[in-house]
Amino acid sequence: MTHLAVDQLRFGYTDRTIIDGVSLDLRAGEVLVLLGANGAGKTTLLRLIARQLKLDSGTMLLDECDIGKLARRKLAQQIALMPQHENQSSMLTVHDVVSLGRMPHCGWWAPLSNADESRVEDAITATGLSSFRNRSIQELSGGEWRRMILARAIAQDASVLLLDEPIAGLDLKYQYEVLDQVRKLTKQNRLVSVVTLHDMNMAAMFADRVAILHDGKLLAIGKAEEAITSALIRQAFDVEVSVMKHPTLGTPLVVPLHDFSNLSRGGYPRPRFQQSQP
Amino acid sequence: MYLVVIAWLILAVTSMASLFVGAIAISPWDALEFLLSDANGLTSTERTILLELRLPRMITAILVGSSLGIAGVGFQALFRNPLADPYIIGASSGAALGVTLAIMIGWQAAFFGLRTTAIAALLGSLLIVAMVMVIGSLSRRSSSLSLLLAGVALSSMISSIVSLLMLWSEEKIMVIFAWLMGSLANNGWPSIASTSFIAFVGFIVLWGLSRPLDSYLLGDVASQSLGLNLAWFRFLLVAGASIATGAAVSSAGIIGFVGLIAPHMARWTVGPKHVWLIPMSACYGAMILIAADSIARTIAAPTELPVGSITALMGCPFFLGLLLFRSRGNTVLGDAS
Repeated sequence: MTHLAVDQLRFGYTDRTIIDGVSLDLRAGEVLVLLGANGAGKTTLLRLIARQLKLDSGTMLLDECDIGKLARRKLAQQIALMPQHENQSSMLTVHDVVSLGRMPHCGWWAPLSNADESRVEDAITATGLSSFRNRSIQELSGGEWRRMILARAIAQDASVLLLDEPIAGLDLKYQYEVLDQVRKLTKQNRLVSVVTLHDMNMAAMFADRVAILHDGKLLAIGKAEEAITSALIRQAFDVEVSVMKHPTLGTPLVVPLHDFSNLSRGGYPRPRFQQSQP
Repeated sequence: MYLVVIAWLILAVTSMASLFVGAIAISPWDALEFLLSDANGLTSTERTILLELRLPRMITAILVGSSLGIAGVGFQALFRNPLADPYIIGASSGAALGVTLAIMIGWQAAFFGLRTTAIAALLGSLLIVAMVMVIGSLSRRSSSLSLLLAGVALSSMISSIVSLLMLWSEEKIMVIFAWLMGSLANNGWPSIASTSFIAFVGFIVLWGLSRPLDSYLLGDVASQSLGLNLAWFRFLLVAGASIATGAAVSSAGIIGFVGLIAPHMARWTVGPKHVWLIPMSACYGAMILIAADSIARTIAAPTELPVGSITALMGCPFFLGLLLFRSRGNTVLGDAS
């Protein structure tokens, strides 16, 4: 049973602190969404957990094993990171890139086994990329590229998925499909998924728990209705919103209160708009 | 895979053909008969030319060309830059300094069949690459950028030192200059055996990195998340590519453009996957050098032109075309992929 526990993580550069005392405890089958303003430390936190940056202090345990002591290949068998950006200028095909997801399992030299190939095909099919499998990654749109990176993370067969803005640039249909896929995998395979998003409404619908980062600190963590409140959002993002209840799902529904036509007041708030809400 | 096999077969045929061209023409049928059955189809002069001059030279061309081809793939991948070549982090300037010093002080040495200049070139190139790696690893910048900057800085300094040394040692300037122009001549069988071993080590190291190289081209974050230990991988990559470059410079001096062109030709033929790209680039490197050497030996026969000048003449238009293609935003070439 996957158990990811990070405690009092600290990381920074000489002149500033990026992550300041963040602790998380995540169990198998759980989806955590990280919310926060640009520069709040979401991506850095994911890279710390994937051990791509060196912690200043703190502990990270995966199934009671110290993540810091795992060999890089062993770590990649257990933790898959889907980065926000990658070099897209390579002429590799979609199938080539998704196949690289099996590298932590089959190593540097060994050819892919039938089981490896089968995992790759499943991942390609699950992300709806079957018709693109032989296409060069240079020819992919932003959305297709994100689905390919997700497919590679799925093929990696890890017990922890760290997904950095997996739905950025996707249309609404693919946003649903990608997040459905992540949730299904997490529940079926008893994974732990940590996902950064900017869409708070999507986060409220998708996550088991939501964490809000602000200036590298964990401002709040809990169920969507506990973490997504107008006060916390004001504190984290410095914007005014109204948080209502989704009419059918019952999850928090964030309504922006910015008025672009009212520049003299800095755009918000406009009381008339607030009052007109049902 | 079949494309790689076909290319190596074509290389075998063209390299055999190169044995029969030169200042003295040798009948292909007589030569083949002699090589296969040791029959007396050739005069003793022709035998000497074939066995002691052209055959070692042809094998040297294959070794040097293929070493430059794979080193080019390695450095283009390391810097994720299609314009990188095997000499980018100072192997050529290090080799030049080693040879210049050896010629100036009249150093005489032999080691496993390698001549003085070969040993000096190999030591010089590996020493400078090692210095670049140490300087690069001390920097806080990204490793490949630090390597590049350290390599460029050190290369410039060493090239200036070589120029000053050449001016200082006026009577030996032609000997040093001839070496700098590159030549496939004067490599005997013991030297070929040593070079083969060095080149083979470089090839095995680089070919063994094929899958990690594919992942490395996606970026540092992606390759690390796929289990790549970047520091160890970069060390192996630089070591493999530098060993291959060392094999080339120790046998033939500095021969430009082969390591730049061969990887691109290979990419057009077999695509970006390194498991095929590396052997294909080795094959194209060998083909280019055999063609260049055949031209160098025959175009002004009996005078022989420096093979380095022929590869530069062939390579320069290609290089400029590459720059023009890229400046137009053409993505056919890809980025060292």
